[in-house]
Amino acid sequence: MAIKTLTIDGEQYSAQENETVLEISREHGIKIPTLCHLDGLSAFGACRLCLVEIDGSPKLQPACTTIPSEGMIIRTNSDKLQRYRRMIVELLASEGNHQCAVCVVNTYCELQNLAYDVGLIYVRFPYLFPDKSIDATHKDYVMDHNRCVLCNRCVRVCHEVEGAHVWDIAGRGIDCEIISDMHQPWGASEACTSCGKCVRVCPTGALVEKGTGVSEMHKDKDFLKYIVTARNKKEWINKVHETD
Amino acid sequence: MSKPRVATAWLGGCSGCHMSFLDMDERLIDLADKIELVYSPIADVKEFPTNVDVALVEGAVTNSENEELAHQIRRNARFVISFGDCATTGNVTALRNKFSVEAIEHRSYIELSDKNPMVPNEYETIAKLMKKAVPLHEVITVDFFLHGCPPSADEIWFAVTELLAGRTPVLSTAYLRFG
Repeated sequence: MAIKTLTIDGEQYSAQENETVLEISREHGIKIPTLCHLDGLSAFGACRLCLVEIDGSPKLQPACTTIPSEGMIIRTNSDKLQRYRRMIVELLASEGNHQCAVCVVNTYCELQNLAYDVGLIYVRFPYLFPDKSIDATHKDYVMDHNRCVLCNRCVRVCHEVEGAHVWDIAGRGIDCEIISDMHQPWGASEACTSCGKCVRVCPTGALVEKGTGVSEMHKDKDFLKYIVTARNKKEWINKVHETD
Repeated sequence: MSKPRVATAWLGGCSGCHMSFLDMDERLIDLADKIELVYSPIADVKEFPTNVDVALVEGAVTNSENEELAHQIRRNARFVISFGDCATTGNVTALRNKFSVEAIEHRSYIELSDKNPMVPNEYETIAKLMKKAVPLHEVITVDFFLHGCPPSADEIWFAVTELLAGRTPVLSTAYLRFG
């Protein structure tokens, strides 16, 4: 396998042939914020938070889907990138109804943490306060579209790991929405196995367990590493939360 | 030198941010020596005064009275602080934005009424709900933001004492916390 060399933030690194910029950066402790990315799921490139600058390219590229070429010079944290990342989180906040104070994942929320990481003090864009629905037809779980950021993790984990493919994204632009089956109530889905994987990978309070109160739901994503390692390496690793 | 003139105002919020202000406990005694409290829900002052140095404004802007007071605060105060999550993001006050004003009035004044169900539209003294509850900075320019539902007493104390020392507070990440 060919080894490539590249420059990230002024330092030289070598990388395996198929490694993405995000993987190489994380390997070397370079922090790039992400939202739609989750180790164990395929790269999706939707949230644009991991955008990086590449010398000679007029466009910013998502680190999670970019495989560098030999000698590439990459910047991961310029003023421009910081500005854009903050703007993305502001737009996500303004497009949904994220009342942190009354959310079951308050203080465990990846969107909240991102807001802190990018230094969001207030949202400069007018809040849209969209009229979104809540699907509470499933016996164990609730889908609250008000808090969905369309990261597509639920769609991918259901398709790639559980193999049920209950979820999809319907609509265009601002009207995009996660749907179950053929846009039927979740509780009526015959494909859903009620495994709860989508709930656990959801970064916000959009997919939650029924019966949880404000700040009560801490999502556990370790199952994904366990399953994916078993599939890819035929090894059953200890689940982190069980050995802790 | 005269003491800094400080005001606190209560727009569309639950008064929880003011409760947190009172949670500064014995530090309030120190504070009372250092400032002149010229307007507040906990002081009996009818009109927002002029020549205010710092105004802490709790709550979203949700009705015509809030909107008028917000503009008055901006005209008369040199440093305006969005005090808590409702002022900063709309938060719980903005949960009603999903519904029309008519639907909200019907629910509040007709459906939930014990007697004399009627929407009090003909009384000019009763503030009119705006179409949407919005954060303070969508109505006036805001100089500083205190996050939290409510902001902690320590956070308020830090911000106020920094301002009294003549510095613009720089909040540590421990204080920049929604919810």
